[in-house]
Amino acid sequence: MSDPALIWSYLAQGPLLWLTATLLAYLAGDAVFRAAGRRSIANPVLVAVALLAVLLWLTGTDYATYFGGAQFVHFMLGPATVALALPLYDNLPRIRRAALPMLAGLLAGSSVAVISALAIARAFGIEGGVLASLAPKSTTAPVAIGIAERLGGQPTLTAALVLLTGIFGAIIVTPMLNALKIRDWRARGFAVGVAAHGIGTARAFQVNPTAGAFSGIGMGLNAVLAAIIAPLALRLFAG
Amino acid sequence: MRPWPPLARWGAGRYSARMIRVLALILTFQLGGEIASRALALPLPGPVVGLVALVLACLLRPGLAEAIRPTAQGLLAHLSLFFVPAGVGVVAHWDVLQSHGLGLAVALMGSTALAIAAGALAFTAVARLTGTEEPQALKDQGRE
Repeated sequence: MSDPALIWSYLAQGPLLWLTATLLAYLAGDAVFRAAGRRSIANPVLVAVALLAVLLWLTGTDYATYFGGAQFVHFMLGPATVALALPLYDNLPRIRRAALPMLAGLLAGSSVAVISALAIARAFGIEGGVLASLAPKSTTAPVAIGIAERLGGQPTLTAALVLLTGIFGAIIVTPMLNALKIRDWRARGFAVGVAAHGIGTARAFQVNPTAGAFSGIGMGLNAVLAAIIAPLALRLFAG
Repeated sequence: MRPWPPLARWGAGRYSARMIRVLALILTFQLGGEIASRALALPLPGPVVGLVALVLACLLRPGLAEAIRPTAQGLLAHLSLFFVPAGVGVVAHWDVLQSHGLGLAVALMGSTALAIAAGALAFTAVARLTGTEEPQALKDQGRE
């Protein structure tokens, strides 16, 4: 029989182990989410990330090795974004009818996200590259990283802040909008898409198909507007 | 106008190559979007350009939407899964986040909550003003 340590060192370096671990961790996260009555605090991404972080720590595996396997899952973000075309196409007549409310929601959500983040961070004495990394945090990751780079931010810090914004937004959106008595699924979805990009959109699809469709549009429109607002707001607060 | 036969029948195959054809189609739109985004220096990432192009293609050929429906819905049903690897990256960069600590945490949480509230309130206020409310799009509809 072969030495278990040899089998481990073989598996730990290849993609098979970490790809499998990612899928199993997500299934566990999804099971927890369902067991918790689909409540937003049991966010499946949060649960899966926590499980994998513990596993990496226990096995002393670095992120680069883990990503060697997990990149196949990560890659699917692109095709899934293209697939958002379907709910968009299905809802086109309703989207056309809601053009003005969407424009208002976009301008309010997008500018509040950037300006309030910079104002609060400034009040805590944060400046320079960290402030630039924070400015685009409500935008979908590839666009946010592009914006941060142009503004002199740190891409890895931006990527982490974008992810945390998405998870936090996905967790608070349901209780918060219930408290504000917002019952329009279009408004609920659109607002979380603008403020919390794809992770907010994933949450919206879990709750209601209309919310999901409008969330996808909110995310796409915010990607365009944030590229314009973030540099302007940063100049205001960095100056 | 007669639909272009290969495109109209794209997802209608009798054998299991259907899902692969739809995936190839989606990847082709992503690839085209990536090329357009870079060649024209667009502010949007490739997949978002691909998304817009696919909506336009569905408008030209409604059969296309039905062809991609099962695969697209399958991808979107577990959108959360695809964020897990990047999420683990947050943990990997925890020391960077920790060094900026409290200020970043408060800014992130405060601004996200304010932005969701502002976006949703502005949307509903303008929907009411312009008379574009949708009774069938209300949460807990009929429970009262």
